[in-house]
Amino acid sequence: MFIALIVVMLLFQVLIVATDNGSLFAPSNITNIINQNAYVVILATGMLLCILTGGNIDLSVGSIVAFVGAIAGTLIANLHWNIYAAILVCLLVGILIGAWHGMWIAFVHIPPFIVTLAGMLLWRGAALIVLNGLTISPMPDKYLSLFTSYLPSVSYQMLNDNPDKAMALTFTVTMIVAVVCCIVLVISEFLQRGAKRRKGYETTALGLFIARLVLFCAVILVVASLLGRDKGIPVILIIVAVIVAVYAYYTQNTVPGRYLYALGGNAKAAQLSGVNTDHVMFFAYTNMGFLSAVAALACVARFNSAAPTAGTNYEMDAIGSCFIGGASAYGGTGTVGGAVIGAIFMGVLNNGMSILGVDSNWQKAVKGLVLLLAVLFDVMSKKRKSSK
Amino acid sequence: MKHITKTFPGVKALDDVSIEVQEGEIHALVGENGAGKSTLMNVLSGIYPFGTYSGDIVFNGNVCKFQNIKDSEKLGIVIIHQELALVPLLTIGENMFLGNERGNKGKINWAETFGKADELLKMVGLKESSHTLIKDIGVGKQQLVEIAKALGKNVKLLILDEPTASLNDTEAKHLLDLLLQFKKKGMTSILISHKLNEVSYVADKITVIRDGSVIQSLDKSKDSFTEDTIISAMVGRNLTDRFPKRVPHIGDVCFEVKDWCVDHPVFEGIKVCDHVNLKVRKGEVVGISGLMGAGRTELAMSIFGHSYGSDIRGHVYLDGQEVHFPTVKSAIRHGLAYVTEDRKGNGLILSESICRNTSSAKPEKISHHSIINFDKEREVAKQYVKEMHTKCATIDEDVVNLSGGNMQKVLLGKWLFADPDILILDEPTRGIDVGAKYEIYCIINRMVEEGKSVIFISSEMPEILGMSDRIYVMNAGKMIAEMPGRDATQEKIMACIINSDKGVQAAAAEA
Repeated sequence: MFIALIVVMLLFQVLIVATDNGSLFAPSNITNIINQNAYVVILATGMLLCILTGGNIDLSVGSIVAFVGAIAGTLIANLHWNIYAAILVCLLVGILIGAWHGMWIAFVHIPPFIVTLAGMLLWRGAALIVLNGLTISPMPDKYLSLFTSYLPSVSYQMLNDNPDKAMALTFTVTMIVAVVCCIVLVISEFLQRGAKRRKGYETTALGLFIARLVLFCAVILVVASLLGRDKGIPVILIIVAVIVAVYAYYTQNTVPGRYLYALGGNAKAAQLSGVNTDHVMFFAYTNMGFLSAVAALACVARFNSAAPTAGTNYEMDAIGSCFIGGASAYGGTGTVGGAVIGAIFMGVLNNGMSILGVDSNWQKAVKGLVLLLAVLFDVMSKKRKSSK
Repeated sequence: MKHITKTFPGVKALDDVSIEVQEGEIHALVGENGAGKSTLMNVLSGIYPFGTYSGDIVFNGNVCKFQNIKDSEKLGIVIIHQELALVPLLTIGENMFLGNERGNKGKINWAETFGKADELLKMVGLKESSHTLIKDIGVGKQQLVEIAKALGKNVKLLILDEPTASLNDTEAKHLLDLLLQFKKKGMTSILISHKLNEVSYVADKITVIRDGSVIQSLDKSKDSFTEDTIISAMVGRNLTDRFPKRVPHIGDVCFEVKDWCVDHPVFEGIKVCDHVNLKVRKGEVVGISGLMGAGRTELAMSIFGHSYGSDIRGHVYLDGQEVHFPTVKSAIRHGLAYVTEDRKGNGLILSESICRNTSSAKPEKISHHSIINFDKEREVAKQYVKEMHTKCATIDEDVVNLSGGNMQKVLLGKWLFADPDILILDEPTRGIDVGAKYEIYCIINRMVEEGKSVIFISSEMPEILGMSDRIYVMNAGKMIAEMPGRDATQEKIMACIINSDKGVQAAAAEA
């Protein structure tokens, strides 16, 4: 899928340059893509966990985003609560909503499709009730800065007085952060490799190992250099990176994470191997509620408003990302990394077409077709691999 | 059918089988589970199309080359499988003409459908309206609906695969009488059954199949056949060195089950295990013999963390101490392991690698605070692949690509990794070839030599006899006999089962 993403990116780049619309890889556009798609990545991560349990989806996430956003708007903008207390309450509400769905799905065994369809209607209604059908705007700057600011934060004064110096500072700090990231990555990888060799376990070939590291570092540095030339590292990127890293580690390296795959791969076998499948299911949906709340907070900050129509069709973006990223519709296979790539793929598609000035009605139609093609490409390449 | 040979990858299921069925007779096919009866009938009814087997099917003098079931049904050959193929939420009438609808040009003639259905139902002695939903009638009546459905297809040769397996005695009697009645009208039937009393009641001829070959054909008019002669024909093979030898070192009782009762999970009040008692000693292989559906799997699963059934009562003792296993995890922690009967359905996770399957029953052993140590996991998986002689490219290969025997070895490895003291093996050799079977027997021997105990459930009597130190015979949810391995014979075990069936029938008759 990674290759498909690169192909699509290059295709758009060629089209955009050819039609003289600038560049897909313009620094400000990269920042844009990240800001536009942060919520999709967060939701796709949670959705992947649900899909892993057996192709189960959560249709309610868009409505949860609206409802939690409504609570955030009411508490912070209308009732002037302490921002951190309000965030805590919002996350708690998300967890409770997720647990509510999880309870019916895991312990009463109502199909997830039905429970979350009910949730989709219920929480959308709740959002409308809380907001009385109106939009709350604007949000206080202090709240916005938590999600929409950049590192390093250059003051307006400096930007006005000495723009060159501000730019230079931004670029330098961004690159330093990137280089530090690369160094940490390289050192930890080499340390792990060394430990493996000492214990006599097999390791990948040195050439391949180095090539992989070089590629990773190159991607980090290139993205950083683009971001550095714009406003710096978006805070939301850091939040998303932490979430993705935590969940990638959870699904790949821990026992409970592995249970998700076992449940989706063969529920009966998992049960007879001592996995409490009900608990696994409950966790997946509770967690989805939690991540929906995180996405809601990010969305309120990005749009600087809490609207009852927020989050419409977000569940479809998240589900689409997972499947584009190689998750099986029957559960048991798929990775967080794949879902992230799927989310970026969708994001690039939107962004590229917008730059090209494609009519928004056409955009939807094209998106549908590309989705199908992307998955088809994946299925075909898997078939070829297995037939070898 | 002449000289039919059918091979599956790695297994010869039928080896040069010829049978002859005269018009208007009831021909019984008997044999142990896995002898090849069902395979033979699947060949005859076109489920295995022409070309996948060698030999000829001759029907009324013509050689037939069936490509599918439709072809054979056109000639009036209809098979009724053990698992009924009815749609529960459709009416009897709709089911009877499913795929064979009355009417024309895509429009169904409901009046004709239900009218014809009622007529056919009367022929099989069912009083239900054809508008009744299938789910609202019992299994016995569903079986009759299947027969009525066959009659609707103008059946000339009816094949019944274990038709009475899930019926009670009155229902079974009714069904058999029906067959006799149809015989008088000139219909031919082939009956697969292992209930020998039924066979001797209705059959004109009996063909005994064992290991994919015809052993004996008996004719009621010429030979006198008793249950004993059939039994010895069914099982009479000599046990040479198909089983690796071991010197038993049997210790004290380490595992005991007392008064174990389990109800069916759906039908309340039906006991699948009825006051079962079981003792296992250290270093002992205990065989549990019985026919399919005797309740052996249900017993094992209900002990193993209450994985089956409802209203489970009884006591389990480990080394004299009473223990409770309300969950699978607790059972594993106490040193129990249950190697499931159906390795694909509920044993292995097919979409995952050998490596990940191997560690799945006890992930604590390869992880620290729930964080998995991949190197350790790979090392363990490699060790078991080596010990079990599993044939695979790498341990990262997905289990789905392995053959049955190798899958079974991965499954065994997975449970040995869980360090069991008591290993319950449920049909561990089903569907795998002789070589892999031998290796699995060797693994069993190694287990008991290490002082562990094995409970060995199998429907293949020779292996129960060849492997067990002590044998329990189970039938209809009850332990009906216990005998030392060296005294046991197939005849004895069969006789126990048949006597017990008779006991039940006698009790039913008295009631």
